[in-house]
Amino acid sequence: MYKIVGKQPLNPTVTRMVIDAPRVAKKAQPGMFIILRVDEDGERIPLTIADYDAQAGTVTIIFQIVGATTLRLNTLNVGDSLHDFVGPLGRPTELDGLKKVAVIGGGVGCAIALPTAKKLHELGATVHSVIGFRNKDLVILEDEFRAASETCVLMTDDGSIGRKGLVTDALEQLIESGNKYDEVIAIGPLVMMKFVCKLTEKYGIKTVVSMNPIMIDGTGMCGGCRLTVGGEMKFACVDGPDFDGHKVDFDEAIERGRMYAEFERHAYEKECNLLKN
Amino acid sequence: MANLSKVKNPMPVQDPKERAKNFSEVALGYTEQQARDEAERCLNCKNKPCQAGCPVGIDIPAFIQKIKDGDYEGAYQVIAESSSLAAVCGRVCPQETQCESKCVRGRNGEPVAIGRLERFVADYHNAHKAGVAHRSRTNGHRVAVVGSGPAGLSCAGELNSRGYDVTVFEALHTAGGVLVYGIPEFRLPKKIVADEIENLKARGVKFELNTVIGRTMLVDELFEDGYEAVFIGSGAGLPNFMKIKGEDLKGVYSANEYLTRVNLMKAYRDGSDTPIKHSKTVAVVGGGNVAMDATRCALRLGAERVVMVYRRSEAELPARKEEVEHAKEEGVEFLMLTAPIEVLGDEHKNVRALKCRRMELGEPDASGRRRPVPVEGSEFELEADTVIVAIGTSPNPLIKNTTPGIDVQRWGGIITDEHGKTTRDMVYAGGDAVTGAATVILAMGAGKDAAEQIDKKIRNS
Repeated sequence: MYKIVGKQPLNPTVTRMVIDAPRVAKKAQPGMFIILRVDEDGERIPLTIADYDAQAGTVTIIFQIVGATTLRLNTLNVGDSLHDFVGPLGRPTELDGLKKVAVIGGGVGCAIALPTAKKLHELGATVHSVIGFRNKDLVILEDEFRAASETCVLMTDDGSIGRKGLVTDALEQLIESGNKYDEVIAIGPLVMMKFVCKLTEKYGIKTVVSMNPIMIDGTGMCGGCRLTVGGEMKFACVDGPDFDGHKVDFDEAIERGRMYAEFERHAYEKECNLLKN
Repeated sequence: MANLSKVKNPMPVQDPKERAKNFSEVALGYTEQQARDEAERCLNCKNKPCQAGCPVGIDIPAFIQKIKDGDYEGAYQVIAESSSLAAVCGRVCPQETQCESKCVRGRNGEPVAIGRLERFVADYHNAHKAGVAHRSRTNGHRVAVVGSGPAGLSCAGELNSRGYDVTVFEALHTAGGVLVYGIPEFRLPKKIVADEIENLKARGVKFELNTVIGRTMLVDELFEDGYEAVFIGSGAGLPNFMKIKGEDLKGVYSANEYLTRVNLMKAYRDGSDTPIKHSKTVAVVGGGNVAMDATRCALRLGAERVVMVYRRSEAELPARKEEVEHAKEEGVEFLMLTAPIEVLGDEHKNVRALKCRRMELGEPDASGRRRPVPVEGSEFELEADTVIVAIGTSPNPLIKNTTPGIDVQRWGGIITDEHGKTTRDMVYAGGDAVTGAATVILAMGAGKDAAEQIDKKIRNS
């Protein structure tokens, strides 16, 4: 059992949770993920690591309540335990040698982009971050991004805070104003990553994306997390989750992500009804 | 009085029509009467050819003699000297190509039903055992076992009985490896695997779940932690795909994913949290036991039509004959000499059909089997909303990539000598991680063999 030692809502649908998992904390690096199960017979869900503290032995996850399992996860509090918590899985993000990087986060993807921005900042790289949300109520981790970045641009779809527009608008402006990036790292919804990649392809800037497909074991056994990258089949759990964004077939990944949409909607509604009683 | 019948006592089974709709065990097991009658067919040969056919070397005539005597617990003890998983092996071993293939009775009629007798004895023991197993006395030496599938369990059991303090590290949340995620409930009830693992725990073997060696901990760290030897039984690895167009479509599964969802994640239960496609028509590609398990799970989940697509002929099917027969009885269709060339999708990227081509058998290839050759102009579409790919696996690179000194074959399998020693001192390996996808009993044999070597090595150092 893995004890919850911290919990904090970041916005109405996004929660930060700190889990006591010393072995995972000791090995965690930006870009890696964990798989958890809330209870016996629960689903295995992958979540990218949002922060880690090897000394305290804790791992932080930030999740959006999107389905039955995350809904149930959110009912747990400090002192409760998760049934299973395994990791760190996947390969860490490669950050060596980067001098100037644009880190793009979209929605809850910002939670995953933050440790990368922080690590780059620690390594002495210049970090420009662009973080995007639908509206001001959904903004998370703004202060943390500002602390880790030389420049941080906040974008919202409706302009209720920061600038109105998409993350690609801000990134294009940064590039156009003469910033030369060694790399762009984009983490967020598939559609956002797809359009960031389209933009950076135009400018010839290497772009790394973090993929979060459907997966079960996360160790290279089930093959559910397969993606097409550069025309080849890759497994996000062992070959990723980071990939060269210019080579990822996003349209395929978007379709595959919808495989269980119907099932998930039913499960979510059922869980909602259970919690009402 | 010897039983001169030329045929085995038939195994009582659930009615095919009934069982195709449930996940309860297909074979029901011999009664005491049937077991004793079958045991009387054994001639108790002096040279014991059957024992030579057993990868773990069970003294088969001796345990059968105990059945004849009515001493079923004694029979179990004979098996337990060589095998730590009798109830599992009695169910899933391919006896027809091992012990039973060497049986003298098989020269004129059917061999003695050794597998069925093993299962009878193991089930008798589990139903009648008094109290739990005793904790083995420990010699203070610690050994780490990576993976809790058949190779790991057998290695851990053998080391434990030789006095070692053994810890088994498992990546998933449940111990058992392929016995729990792969082999379905109707062939090997999960309770049986769980009982075997509880038995090992009672004897003092420790299990650390949710621990991925190569990620959570490295092999080097196991040595730093004081383990004197490491056995790697990490299993078969990543599923192979056909590398044809359309494998990204929704409704294409690897057999590993499909079976894991059904078995480990319990999608077979109503109201399970695990999503799985409830298909109408399923095409399963491949002809091994895994393909057979996938077809039969699909039927049980309510598919109206399940078709197995295999590019060679029925004679070359690698699956056990019994499994093929069971699948046929349950209504699985077999499309032989057929090779898929493309998965076709609808406008929503869901699978709608499997485009195939007819094959005919040509000259024998490197494996000695006649090579299938395409028949020109024979393309056709097999309507299906789900395609399950069961054409084998490739080794998982995780341990190789994170453990210096371990050499692997070009195809990725860990290189060992004939007793499981890898190219690195004090690191041993066995099972599918070494051989590629094989059988439960071969993995068990390898685990046991490596345990003996580890014991020898530690005692002599």
